[in-house]
Amino acid sequence: MYRSHVLVCGGTGCTSSDSPQIIEKLKIEIEKQGLKDEVSVVQTGCHGLCALGPIMIVYPDASLYSEVSVEDIPEIVSEHLLKGRVVTRLLYQETVTSSGIKSLADTDFYKKQHRIALRNCGIINPEIIEEYIGTGGYAALGKVLTEMTPEEVIQSILDSGLRGRGGGGFPTGLKWRLASQNDADQKYVCCNADEGDPGAFMDRSILEGDPHTVLEAMAIAGYAIGASQGYIYVRAEYPIAVERLKIAINQAREMELLGDHIFGTDFSFDIDLRLGAGAFVCGEETALMTSIEGNRGEPRPRPPFPAQKGLFGKPTILNNVETLANIPQIILNGADWFASMGTEKSKGTKVFALGGKVRHTGLVEIPMGTTLREVIEEIGGGIPGGKKFKAAQTGGPSGGCIPAEHFDIPIDYDNLISIGSMMGSGGLIVLDEDDCMVDIAKFFLEFTVEESCGKCTPCRVGTKRMLEMLEKITNGQATMEDLDKLEELCHYIKQNSLCGLGQTAPNPVLSTLHFFRDEYEAHIQEKRCPAGVCKALLFYHIDAEKCKGCTLCAKNCPAEAIAGSVKQPHIIDLQKCIKCGACMEKCKFDAIYKQ
Amino acid sequence: MVTNMKSLEELKAIREKMQSQIGLRAEGDTQTRVVVGMATCGIASGARPVLTAFSTLVQEKNLTDKVSVTQTGCIGLCQYEPIVEVMEPGKEKVTYIKMDAEKVAEVVERHLIGGHVVEAYTLNSVDIK
Repeated sequence: MYRSHVLVCGGTGCTSSDSPQIIEKLKIEIEKQGLKDEVSVVQTGCHGLCALGPIMIVYPDASLYSEVSVEDIPEIVSEHLLKGRVVTRLLYQETVTSSGIKSLADTDFYKKQHRIALRNCGIINPEIIEEYIGTGGYAALGKVLTEMTPEEVIQSILDSGLRGRGGGGFPTGLKWRLASQNDADQKYVCCNADEGDPGAFMDRSILEGDPHTVLEAMAIAGYAIGASQGYIYVRAEYPIAVERLKIAINQAREMELLGDHIFGTDFSFDIDLRLGAGAFVCGEETALMTSIEGNRGEPRPRPPFPAQKGLFGKPTILNNVETLANIPQIILNGADWFASMGTEKSKGTKVFALGGKVRHTGLVEIPMGTTLREVIEEIGGGIPGGKKFKAAQTGGPSGGCIPAEHFDIPIDYDNLISIGSMMGSGGLIVLDEDDCMVDIAKFFLEFTVEESCGKCTPCRVGTKRMLEMLEKITNGQATMEDLDKLEELCHYIKQNSLCGLGQTAPNPVLSTLHFFRDEYEAHIQEKRCPAGVCKALLFYHIDAEKCKGCTLCAKNCPAEAIAGSVKQPHIIDLQKCIKCGACMEKCKFDAIYKQ
Repeated sequence: MVTNMKSLEELKAIREKMQSQIGLRAEGDTQTRVVVGMATCGIASGARPVLTAFSTLVQEKNLTDKVSVTQTGCIGLCQYEPIVEVMEPGKEKVTYIKMDAEKVAEVVERHLIGGHVVEAYTLNSVDIK
């Protein structure tokens, strides 16, 4: 029996900032100070506050230490774990107030969050199945197998209003019902863990922090539609997630929570892993199934839909990781409980990966209908450096942007679509006044061009042409005619591409064109990048009035493009200037400006 | 520990066994807090076995969702150490003095479970001038 548990995040973010070394040092130090039988060290999954990793939480008092380093460990062990004196200086500073230490649940970052899909992430050790069971794990599977008919399970998911969290937003219960209605000797349940949107990492965090919840949900899905085999398609670039899934599957098999006659019933179900090589298109369901079958990951036209003819030609359902993570909770707490959260047509919560110009980058789970302002200003801690919010990009390369004028929009599937963006898998990149919207659109197009599988022409050739036009614009060589052509091409690609990748690839351009057409026009007509990002349109100048002739800029210029003698105003040679911005950074008199 | 899961009862057994441990990782304002003085004076007069006795018993009796056990520093009454404070939400703080493992067992049984303060061990039982 341990009196205290020290939880250290073992997610990808914290692991890369040395959490394994911290765990090792903790164990050594705890042993040295004779606390081995009193204090347990637990490696958990992601706690969401990735910007401040490595994260360490000491229970029972729930003190959160942020940005912990190996050198801090002896002090934390002797002061906090032995003598009970919290090392305030090393705590997450938001929890430290003049009247004492604030509860984690009261901090701005956690206050408005509601963790359902992430409920165990950062709480349990994902490599110990008993810890999952201790939080109610596998009870939902037990319940459906012994108390519910498959039809009741499907009805319950349908009533909950759960929609696919991978981006499409298709009602999960309906997907299950369609597959259950098709008779076949074999059916399959697939988990789409091929998370590919730049910046999105909620699926990885769930797999790393709570893999059993995905296994349990897949077994429930198997029972509902009459499948005995499941596949998890996960990308090989997620080594920690793959490892923990392997451990979890083995543990579940040993305990007979996977395999034949689960809980002594007639229901049998097993799960295998399939590793993807990281092609973005394999997140598209038909390409994913083609890849599981052992072929090159390319999409095929629908219909037939997977529910009719899916994997190996059999009825198949594909659910995203986050979607599945909600299932056991819906079964245990009831459809009404889940449907009581969120908005009219979007129930429950959504996990977002906050990134870009925001203080608390990391993972947050919020009830649907939370406004963008709450997410960015309250949970995210606002934009650093007092900069002005320009837009939020959601949905990655398939999505669009939400401009400042929609800052108070309640986030749900339909609201985002109505303003030309989409929920996507939940990447949320915050952009401020220093970001160029044309450049952002170009970034996503570069990604799509790279990831287009090449099977259909609109996507293969069309996205390439789009990228070329965007390059022309950012280089200041485009005409207004090009802009019209670009827009026309967008609609053409949207309508004619074979799969979701191509159909949504123009979205970043269309949505930035819709909200920020003036920026495009400034690039074309005035040959000017308003945000000062596009290098070809950018020139650095020295204000002769402000320049004191200190020579600091000239000394730091890597291209020797700055001339001038001491105490005389300096001049930048625009021919030689490589626009690195080093001079502007160094100038103490604000004498250098770009335009 | 590998058990083959043949029935829901077995799953329930594992859950109950683990719940007392996982329960330690909950945070709640409704919990009763047991705070053991673990400054130099406390440790010197035997606070460590008191602390471990509390945490072990609280977990053994499946009280972790209701009771949290933590340490604190010196409260200035060094001659009465080991000192334990029990804070129940909405009730006055109870301060136990000169504690040892046996007294802990009694406090857990009668106070934390039974709801009756063990007056004989409290600070009120001695006259502080």
